[in-house]
Amino acid sequence: MHAAPLVALVGNPNAGKSALFNALTGARQKVGNYPGVTVERHSGRWVLDDGRPVELLDLPGAYSLEPSSPDERVTRDVVTGASTLERRPDALVVVVDAANLDNHLRFTLQLIALGLPVVVALNMVDLAERDGLTLDAAVLSRELGVPVVPTVAVRRRGLDDLRAMVADAIGSAARPAAAGAGTQDDIVALQRRARQIAAAATVSETAARRWANWLDAVALHPIAGPLLLVSILFVMFQAVFTWAAVPADAIDAGFAALQGAIKAAMPDSFLRSLLTDGLIAGVGAVIVFLPQILILFLFILILESSGYMVRAAFLMDRLMATVGLSGRAFIPLLSSFACAVPGIMATRVIEDEKDRLTTILIAPLMTCSARWPVYTLIIGAMIPNTPLLPFVRLQGVVMFGLLVIGIAGAYVAALVLRRTVTKGASSGFMMEMPKYQVPLLRDVLLGLWQRAVIFLKRAGTIIAATTVVLWLLLSFPKPPEGSGISPVDYSVGGRIGHGIEYVVKPIGFNRDIALALLPAMAAREVAVSAIGTVYAIDDKDGGTDRITDQIRGRWTLPTALAFLMWFVFAPQCISTIAVTRRETNGWKWPLFMVGYLFAAAYIMAGITYWLAVFAGL
Amino acid sequence: MDMSRTVVPALDLVSLPRRQRATVAAIDWTRLALPEARRLRELGFDEGVPVEVLHRASLGSGPIACRIGRMTVALRRAVAGAVHVAPATAD
Repeated sequence: MHAAPLVALVGNPNAGKSALFNALTGARQKVGNYPGVTVERHSGRWVLDDGRPVELLDLPGAYSLEPSSPDERVTRDVVTGASTLERRPDALVVVVDAANLDNHLRFTLQLIALGLPVVVALNMVDLAERDGLTLDAAVLSRELGVPVVPTVAVRRRGLDDLRAMVADAIGSAARPAAAGAGTQDDIVALQRRARQIAAAATVSETAARRWANWLDAVALHPIAGPLLLVSILFVMFQAVFTWAAVPADAIDAGFAALQGAIKAAMPDSFLRSLLTDGLIAGVGAVIVFLPQILILFLFILILESSGYMVRAAFLMDRLMATVGLSGRAFIPLLSSFACAVPGIMATRVIEDEKDRLTTILIAPLMTCSARWPVYTLIIGAMIPNTPLLPFVRLQGVVMFGLLVIGIAGAYVAALVLRRTVTKGASSGFMMEMPKYQVPLLRDVLLGLWQRAVIFLKRAGTIIAATTVVLWLLLSFPKPPEGSGISPVDYSVGGRIGHGIEYVVKPIGFNRDIALALLPAMAAREVAVSAIGTVYAIDDKDGGTDRITDQIRGRWTLPTALAFLMWFVFAPQCISTIAVTRRETNGWKWPLFMVGYLFAAAYIMAGITYWLAVFAGL
Repeated sequence: MDMSRTVVPALDLVSLPRRQRATVAAIDWTRLALPEARRLRELGFDEGVPVEVLHRASLGSGPIACRIGRMTVALRRAVAGAVHVAPATAD
């Protein structure tokens, strides 16, 4: 027996459902995953007027009870009580966009016909009024036969009324399925009934939305539109690198101070070395990138909540169509520049299975933020920062080049995959374009907070653990005193590294890289801390040389370039492999992905190395 | 001369001039794959609904953005070609 009644928020996409959910639950929400499916479960606590707690569930947006994506299937199963993952809700809050009743009422009619207690939240009434639309909630309530509450989620209007109505609805017995609403399958009949009701509830209507038309006239223009998109992306990547510098330096300084404090407070011991050289150095090297990741997500959240992201998908559709994908794939691929894991999860908006699979398989080629630590370190150490043009320097060009190679690789991979393993009819592109909205600061901050927590959890668990394990492997057993053997070479880790070295020697990799590759399977950025750990242990006498100086002294330029090229392609991220397994329901596709990306990484790194050697670099 | 072919020009969403108000006259469901057809219905495409072409992504090809009812929808030309329209009479 569950103590708290379950109330589900249901509605069409773009009805403002998530904004309403955020307004009702605030920070008291949990983001989880339904086991076996890739759909995120958003739930939160909501307290009714009489003090009764309610569990509020934010179901994925759907157009009807006939699902065409995994998201919509979860929604259908939960509201019909067919779900094995979720109990049937005690009441539904159906969220409809007041300015789009024609369309949203059809789904509402389907939901009412299910017989659960229903309260309709007539959301975004302010925007409807701005559009010149005056509605009569009482008429709508009479026509639908359920309570209707006008709300403006982003301004917290109507939330008290909604609370009162839901309290009443939970108390009432479930009504028998309404008769005469048309059969579930008859979309056309329901649609026509929806239009009749919408017309009846509309008091007056004038054509408006001129400012939105004006915005689209620029954003969707055949020439101005792509220019605007490129400018936005340019500003985004620029911001990631420039704005993050100050907070990243502060975090770096914080960890250095912590290391110093521990070194001062503790005698030299096994534990001190583990804490400072292993744990703090390793985790710190990763947390430094939190500002960059948050800035990237800030842009993506703003682009999504403002309604621009779908315009970007519209502009990109033609280009994506040339490789057999649709504009929809642009959204998850852009997210993959922050991290492939949320990117791959975002592919669930793609209805076509082959399309979705292709997008998942190429998502790891987008330059995710975990690669930046690696790129930054190697480029900083090995590439001179020669000015080429005003504001253009060689290091920046190499960085940009790696990003472009990733995109080009994804393009070629999609082209090949769509003609071979994910062959199928080219899928369509059909998308509702949401209204433009000013993103709500509270919702953006909430989204950033959730991303930060996920990232820090990862740094505190997977990355901390692999760093410590690597440190242990590289520290033991100790070489005999005075033998002159490098402690790294003598250790267990060093011997494993030598084994890997045989495989990667033909593409120019040295022992240090071979050692770093294995722990970097946990996460790419671990390569940085792993190389740091190798040199920290290997360099007992001096120990003052910075990691960049160490690399400069030990690596050749062809090796460094091959290493960079390797990281453009190599699928070195357990989280990505795990999320791919979950998304594709099995090991077949993640294994295929790992195989083809490693093959590409090996070949491309090899070509780079030998070209660089022959060019005399 | 066969006049009957020019009296009623076959107009669909691809050939409808931008900003020309029209209504959906008929939808050639046979030209559409089943999921496509269903999504088109779910997005509100139905006979008699007002429709208007707002934007075309790029000259020549690329998707079309149109207003259907009170909603803006993006679709590819292959689908838009199956939506036959009747221009609203100018008054």
